[in-house]
Amino acid sequence: MNPVPPSLLTRREAIARLSVLLAGSIVGAEMFLQGTRVEGKESTAGFSADQLALMDEIGETIIPATQTPGAKAVGIGAFMAMMVTDCYDDAHHAAFVDGLAKVDHAAQAQHGRGFVSCSSAEKTALLEVFNREAAQTHVPRGTTPHFFRLMKELTLIGFFTSEIGCTQVLRYEEVPGSFAGDVPYHPGDRAWFNRARATMS
Amino acid sequence: MAVQEYDAIVVGSGISGGWAAKELTEKGLKVLLLERGRNIEHIKDYVNAMKAPWEIPHRGINPRQMVLDHPVLRRDYVLSEANVDYWVDEKESPYREVKPFDWFRGYHVGGRSLMWGRQSYRWSDFDFEANAKDGIAIDWPIRYAEIAPWYNHVEAFAGISGSREGLAQLPDGHFLPPMEMNAVEKAVAARVRERYHDARRIIIGRVANLTEPLQNRANCQYRDKCWLGCPFGAYFSTQSSTLPAAVATGNLTLRPFSIVTKVLYDKDAKRAKGVEVLDAETNVTTEYKSRVVFLCASTFNSTWVLMNSATDVWPGGLGSSSGELGHNVMDHHFRAGASAEVDGFDDRYYFGRRANGIYVPRYRNLFGDRRNYLRGFGYQGAASRVGWDRNVAELGIGAPLKEQLTEPGPWMMGFTGFGETLPYHENRISLDPTLRDKWGLPVLSFDCEIKDNEHKMRADMVADAAEMLEAAGAKNVHAADNGYTLGMGIHEMGTARMGHDPRTSVLNAHNQIWDAPNVFVTDGACMVSAACVNPSLTYMALTARAADFAVGELKRGNL
Repeated sequence: MNPVPPSLLTRREAIARLSVLLAGSIVGAEMFLQGTRVEGKESTAGFSADQLALMDEIGETIIPATQTPGAKAVGIGAFMAMMVTDCYDDAHHAAFVDGLAKVDHAAQAQHGRGFVSCSSAEKTALLEVFNREAAQTHVPRGTTPHFFRLMKELTLIGFFTSEIGCTQVLRYEEVPGSFAGDVPYHPGDRAWFNRARATMS
Repeated sequence: MAVQEYDAIVVGSGISGGWAAKELTEKGLKVLLLERGRNIEHIKDYVNAMKAPWEIPHRGINPRQMVLDHPVLRRDYVLSEANVDYWVDEKESPYREVKPFDWFRGYHVGGRSLMWGRQSYRWSDFDFEANAKDGIAIDWPIRYAEIAPWYNHVEAFAGISGSREGLAQLPDGHFLPPMEMNAVEKAVAARVRERYHDARRIIIGRVANLTEPLQNRANCQYRDKCWLGCPFGAYFSTQSSTLPAAVATGNLTLRPFSIVTKVLYDKDAKRAKGVEVLDAETNVTTEYKSRVVFLCASTFNSTWVLMNSATDVWPGGLGSSSGELGHNVMDHHFRAGASAEVDGFDDRYYFGRRANGIYVPRYRNLFGDRRNYLRGFGYQGAASRVGWDRNVAELGIGAPLKEQLTEPGPWMMGFTGFGETLPYHENRISLDPTLRDKWGLPVLSFDCEIKDNEHKMRADMVADAAEMLEAAGAKNVHAADNGYTLGMGIHEMGTARMGHDPRTSVLNAHNQIWDAPNVFVTDGACMVSAACVNPSLTYMALTARAADFAVGELKRGNL
């Protein structure tokens, strides 16, 4: 299933998400599909402090602080570590960990220092290469996606479902109290924190 | 242990059992309501209902261990960290699948009334007459006119919001004001109505959410978290609606952790004399006596109780004399439809999270339309603007990505068909000869599948959805049959059907077991055909009707 904040899921919504998925345009295409490859996970090793710092920087480069806080402010490294450990199978887990090494390796090769120590312009340039590579990589169903897709998805999920993401970056209303089906939208208005739905029962 | 006596025993506390308890206690009967699982107290026990998205650790993605622990639930979206405790413990309560069958159960006070989808539609005479006209299975022993007053009765109390449409195939009811369609739904509805000359209509869903306060219940707050239990009591559940009414009479005794293992049958009186209860926590067995028994344990579990109540008189189980007990398993087949993008509404948005969608009433095989299959389907759907989860691979990274995802994306609209399944005698459940549950009780074995009629219908469900979206000017239409296993619709029906004739049915027109008339089965087990609309409202109406009849029969000295 797609990653969806559980408080937003309703019965049948998965169908809508499946339909939308066919358009290939939604976060988390298959890595969290229930029922596939959940058995037999071996990797339980945690992440080192260096890896967590690297994950924080990768997340912050994907969603940086602007007028509003970025991914580091929501503890994105720790979030990624939890998700990879608890939710990924071995193949995805390994792809993610290998990806961390690849990011650092690319930084060393180009700038002679680790990713964490690069300037933000350098970090962005490094990750843009991986982002393009991931976008261009066709991933057959049932195989492991490009590592950067995993990192980007976890960053977006972790950020936009966080308190900062929901309340400072998106629009959050815990108890709307009413529903209005047709209100004006002006460019620049922030999106609601909840995700789209197309069907329910 | 001393035998305890009541006027009536209700087995199961879900939608049907809650209604039986309310109606019987309000008519003055002392009622024992038995629930096999734990209690969930209204508001107090809705532990995740007020949590924000960031307070749910994995944010809606299922941890592997939870998935592993739920081999059935994981087959569909119902498995979720936020309400996993509302679903059955599959290790304690296994079942056998001779053929694949998805059975999503809720074993606690309130049953699936806490998690249901709340779509509430009346059946019409097209549905009640269908079997007789098509020569399928057996005729329903009732018609719309007999159940219409009971639809009124339950709608007025449960609180169903909806629009009056004047459609013969989807009768109007006693509605609270309808929820509003959004801009795209309104536009697509207008285009579809014009394109099909009103033969297809898109209406707002009829839903058991209050659009105005009712009794002590607040109106819907548009949080879209119904499936966690509503602290405002704004959607119908046993806890929010029928249980408090039953408790208020002073006539109700609720006993959780009470697995009814059998109906006790007195072969001399040809009546049930009560039930046997296994305490799920202590394993102590107790007999409870009553003048009438209402089985509302959910479709297959009501039939399980009957099967497990075999005697030397009825070796196939109580109610088995017709040979139909356990047969004619039905559901609604779904997960076939289409979605698309709708342009031209970038300046429109919405406020609030409407826990409801649109509905397209059945139009196939009605009013002169003829297809290569029997019966029909309705669509549920909705339009909304895509959020931050869109087009990830294509978008870049950094501040521009953040900025883009901070604004809503394009409008999307989707339809998913919900189709009628036919009652096939060979689709059956039975007691498995070897498999036992945690309490050593035999469990059900499922040997059922959908067939040619359903497969042909699914082709239409996909094609028609795509055609309507195209007719409405949508683009990038994606139509798909995402696959379906019987049971997945969570609209289980059949296995103890009503009928005119004890030789071909388990229950009579008042939901009494032909073989034991003081036993009533009023949940989905009683259904003779499935129609294509969500069935719970019909269970409510049949239950209220049967309760009224039972009390009348008690007064007349017939039970």
